[in-house]
Amino acid sequence: MTASPALSVRGLTTSLRIEGAWHDAVRDVSFDLAPGETLALVGESGCGKSLTAMTIMGLLPAGIGRLTSGSVRIGEIDTSALEDSAMEHIRGDAIGMIFQEPMSSLNPVLKVGFQIAEPLIYHRAMSRRAARRRSLELMELVRIPAAAERLDAYPHQFSGGMRQRVMIALAIACSPQVLIADEPTTALDVTVQAQVLELLNGLQREQGLGILLITHNLGVVAGNAQRVMVMYGGDVVESAPVHEFFASPRHPYSVALLAAMPRVDRPASDLAPIPGQVPSLVTMPDGCRYQGRCPLRIERCATLPPLVAIGDTGRHQVRCWVTAPPASEAS
Amino acid sequence: MLLEVADIAKTFTVRRGWPIPRNVSVRALDGVSFSVDHGEALGVVGESGCGKSTAARVVLRLIEADRGRIAFDGEDVLGASPARMRALRRRMQIVFQDPASALDPRQRVGAALAEPLAVHGIAKGAAVRARISAVLDEVGLPASSANRYPHEFSGGQRQRIGIARALALAPDLIIADEPVSALDVSVQAQILLLLAELKRRRRLAFVFVSHDLGVVRHFCERTVVMYLGRIIESGPTGALFDAPKHPYTQLLRGASPVPDPEAEKRVLIPEGEPPSPVAPPPGCHFNPRCPFATNICREIAPPLRDMGAGRVVACHHAT
Repeated sequence: MTASPALSVRGLTTSLRIEGAWHDAVRDVSFDLAPGETLALVGESGCGKSLTAMTIMGLLPAGIGRLTSGSVRIGEIDTSALEDSAMEHIRGDAIGMIFQEPMSSLNPVLKVGFQIAEPLIYHRAMSRRAARRRSLELMELVRIPAAAERLDAYPHQFSGGMRQRVMIALAIACSPQVLIADEPTTALDVTVQAQVLELLNGLQREQGLGILLITHNLGVVAGNAQRVMVMYGGDVVESAPVHEFFASPRHPYSVALLAAMPRVDRPASDLAPIPGQVPSLVTMPDGCRYQGRCPLRIERCATLPPLVAIGDTGRHQVRCWVTAPPASEAS
Repeated sequence: MLLEVADIAKTFTVRRGWPIPRNVSVRALDGVSFSVDHGEALGVVGESGCGKSTAARVVLRLIEADRGRIAFDGEDVLGASPARMRALRRRMQIVFQDPASALDPRQRVGAALAEPLAVHGIAKGAAVRARISAVLDEVGLPASSANRYPHEFSGGQRQRIGIARALALAPDLIIADEPVSALDVSVQAQILLLLAELKRRRRLAFVFVSHDLGVVRHFCERTVVMYLGRIIESGPTGALFDAPKHPYTQLLRGASPVPDPEAEKRVLIPEGEPPSPVAPPPGCHFNPRCPFATNICREIAPPLRDMGAGRVVACHHAT
């Protein structure tokens, strides 16, 4: 059998409080992330992809967001049962995270060498000197040129791409099993984006890191992930191996998302925009949350369809009454 | 040609350094020329700091060029008097990336749209309201939007308002600076289709600045590629991206993600980032990152050469 997953999420439901009432913003999300695997979580603003990451990291703002049900296991540890203080020992140790804008995650008044050393001192009880030595190795590992001289530089002295490398060095300092990368290259130029993604892929190969890659860019998914999960309105609507997904997307939203993307590798063809916009959490319809924009809508969409496995492998799952009816009903 | 830009240069002076700041000059534009015809969209692509936004702003004289010539419909733009410039600006409008920061949060949409009409003395009284309703309708917003504030709209709707404001004066040219970059894919497609429809119906010309080659390929007939203040390649968009001639265009194209897992990664991305425009390398600016660079590239800046079929490239070795 396959190795035990680096990250295992079951039935994750996260709710947000809006004007005094709780609304489910992530509903019943389940997946396993294997060591050395990249799983892409894609969708547009407000689909719940970042909120899923924040829930896994135990970073929901108290009083505004809560884990309503479900469980998260990082390696052997069930973190959904942990107190906040215990979770602090997991974050930055067993699981690391990088964000879109490294400048807002790095402390502007601390030298980067010290910031990379901090988790080593905190989680690994390393001496300052040993941690500094390790910081230098990490900066070289993420290929920051002239690393020795730049240990004592401040974040603002780095370019955007180099800052993201510092963030990556910091996130992998304690050799985590899982790295959550939330739009890690969205703020970068394409050539720098390609470099940073290549760096992440290399680190993954060397260290067997499981990467949860959160992105809105299907091009980034195609080039860097083995599996993809598409979210809409907090629901996983499709989950598939990458090749299968791009060859035959099945959920109407996945199909529409691909058709709405202008492509550099093909002659300009007709773009098909998705009509309307994502409803707010307060006005979400019952049942399938995509129904208001879906051309295939039927009456039954007023109840939420289950995630149904299609094909032979069982690895392609779709949540749609029309394009993936449950097997017992298929004729 | 509707717009002809010739040999524009712009150098910014910035104070940098600590504890003793010094003046350093940044050459944002270094001999840039391009032209746009009625009803044509020209894409301007390149990475941060290449000068693409400066080039767009210089056309409207939101930034004054140091030298060069700009002709709009035959009229000299850089030498225009303030009165003539106001008349020219009616015909050249700009749409920004983030319409939220281009709109006054305390001004109703109707007032924001009426302002340019009043400034240019185009309509008064009831005619203003009729004109605003018409232009809102044209961008797909209900007439009642005029009574609402910008924050009541989503990002895509706000960009529609930004477009409506540009359209209110019935311009011939729209400078669009990353107009869809802040939008989700599904909404981005809506706005691109709207712009294409307006372009066709009103025979609008566009200078379309974007970092997204896919968007440019979809919208623009011709494209110029910029690198550190210079145009290094230009041509019909499809041909340019299918068979880029300049090594930098090849790099840009190869690094642009495509939603196809079977696509082979054609280009090896060299280490390093674009050099700072403060101290660009001599010769061809791209030479330190170029796999094909030879001695001549380190010494002499390659001129733009005509390669036929509308293709122009600034590379000593391109064929």
